[in-house]
Amino acid sequence: MIRIGAKLGAVVMALFVLAGGALADPAIIYDLGGKFDKSFNESAYTGAEGWKARTGGSYREIEIQSEAQREQAIRRLASSGSNPIVMTGFAFASTLAAVAPDFPDTKFAIIDSVVDEPNVRSVVFSEHEGSYLVGVIAGMTTKTNTVGFVGGMGIGLIKRFACGYVQGVKAVNPDIQVIQQMTGSDPSAWNDPVKGSEITKSQVSSGADIVYHAAGGTGVGVLQAAHDAGILGIGVDSNQNHLHPGSVLTSMLKRVDVAVDELFTAGTDLSTGVKVLGVAENGVGYALDEHNAPLIPEDVLAEVEAKRAAIADGNLQVHNYTTDDSCPVN
Amino acid sequence: MDLLVVVQLLDSMLRLSAPLLFACLAGLYSERAGIFDIGLEGKLLASAFFSAAFAAITGSVWLGMAAGITASVLLALIHGVASITFRGNQLISGVAINFLASGLTALIGQNWFKIGGRTPSLSGDARFLPVDLPFASALADVPIIGPLYSDLISGHTILVYVGLLAVPTTWWILFRTRFGLRLRAVGENPEAVDTGGISVTRLRYQATLICGLLCGLGGAYLATGMAAGFIKDMSAGKGFMALAALIFAKWRPGYALYACLLFGLLEAIAIRYQSIQIAGVGTVPVQFMQALPYILTIIILAGFVGKAIPPRAGGVPYVKER
Repeated sequence: MIRIGAKLGAVVMALFVLAGGALADPAIIYDLGGKFDKSFNESAYTGAEGWKARTGGSYREIEIQSEAQREQAIRRLASSGSNPIVMTGFAFASTLAAVAPDFPDTKFAIIDSVVDEPNVRSVVFSEHEGSYLVGVIAGMTTKTNTVGFVGGMGIGLIKRFACGYVQGVKAVNPDIQVIQQMTGSDPSAWNDPVKGSEITKSQVSSGADIVYHAAGGTGVGVLQAAHDAGILGIGVDSNQNHLHPGSVLTSMLKRVDVAVDELFTAGTDLSTGVKVLGVAENGVGYALDEHNAPLIPEDVLAEVEAKRAAIADGNLQVHNYTTDDSCPVN
Repeated sequence: MDLLVVVQLLDSMLRLSAPLLFACLAGLYSERAGIFDIGLEGKLLASAFFSAAFAAITGSVWLGMAAGITASVLLALIHGVASITFRGNQLISGVAINFLASGLTALIGQNWFKIGGRTPSLSGDARFLPVDLPFASALADVPIIGPLYSDLISGHTILVYVGLLAVPTTWWILFRTRFGLRLRAVGENPEAVDTGGISVTRLRYQATLICGLLCGLGGAYLATGMAAGFIKDMSAGKGFMALAALIFAKWRPGYALYACLLFGLLEAIAIRYQSIQIAGVGTVPVQFMQALPYILTIIILAGFVGKAIPPRAGGVPYVKER
């Protein structure tokens, strides 16, 4: 009996090792907003699926359900042989900094934050540049000279969105008022559409006729409320124009999908260090498709394209909030 | 602060306090009959999910609401069976219902719609849309009364009005009908009711069912009136806020209305005034404004309501004979 048990054990072990060997597959961990937040995480998911369809490879994924699972998820994937491991969201930064040294042979990648470890690739986007562009569109489109911004949490990353947006709006007309509000001060703020819609309603009653959100799943409520109130919303991260065709002015594209695809493609050869994706690298931009084309006339398009080109070749500098924790305009 | 801003604040208050009000009245029936109900949150959530799911599938908000109420009543029955028939611990049963609802809604949602546990966005007839009361647009230009009537009172979804009407109805049922008298008695002194030849079990089940019905309405409002679809854990603690409001209201329907409106108002203020500039102090941080409703709740509960005495037989299973 014991011998059979030992043999079985050996077979299982062998299988496990084989499986482990074959499992140099990439893995991705989604943040609390969830894989289908129609925004940031969903963009990462799109990238991963695109890679899968193109290469025929397979990958592992974990959607964490609570703060406590961050470390657990990274450790579980790393010890089961996944490589590289991509995590979407700044909130993973401190956990990753603690865990990465324990797995020196595994490559990690974090999106939206910088972790200074020899086996970590950090991918950050110049959200201020993309936000500046949608700000220009908003500034040229508003009729009430009041526009709104709904952020998730009042952290540096989101203030970078806000600050870029305000700069874009004010570049068109310094007299336009920008109402800025945050949803909450804990991570549930990324997934609270009821509150998002209530904040939007309050901005509408203060005269805003365009509301830009950078609030993950909360933004679903923002765009819904904007649609209900007959004003325009601006989507974020993914192209959200299709959610309410005709009511979404544009979306600030943050090509998390491109970044994830690239990380997966590089595989175990992934180079480490910091990579910044801005307008010049096509990492951020604005969305234009059949759903919002009627909302953006020729002159607006020409202006925003000019700004885009100016940012790309360095003639126009958009202030980055996180460099000095302040914004030149409000 | 001009009139318009006040009207907008109160308008937002009405919207935000409606789900609390439904849950609070639901708890009131249950607790007045001697059944503590921690599971209000779970019933709200289950109803929110099933109302949004059925509204999305059938395209009719009314069928959705019926499904939501059914789900909520079923959970209420589970609570009833556990705590009335089997004389289990009511707190444990309530907590179990919360866990059950939180897990099941996400699981079924993912299985049905495959978009991460949420339901598709609802539109048109699949949602409760704002109703304009008669003469709302005609009166809009009349000073003071105009904005009050057309902006504040008119223009809510039908369920907000149902919730407001449920307050006097509840008062009338509890304090002016024979059923209400018995219901209150069964929460204070079930032996006396039993001696009078009335079934304690039956009365407590009735109260539990009404509780389920009201939570069902609250959940349907949350998912198909306030928002346009269900997302995981969207009740966000409203059931617990309602329990606090219930204690705060000393288990009385009129006070329950005030308590829920107060909570709604505090939330509306926190949403609207995120950074208030106070001369000499500087800017009040956002975090403080967002914590304000909770801080005020503690202060009010601790200092201003006086002694809140729960129904005497609350939480105690009734045993006819030893």
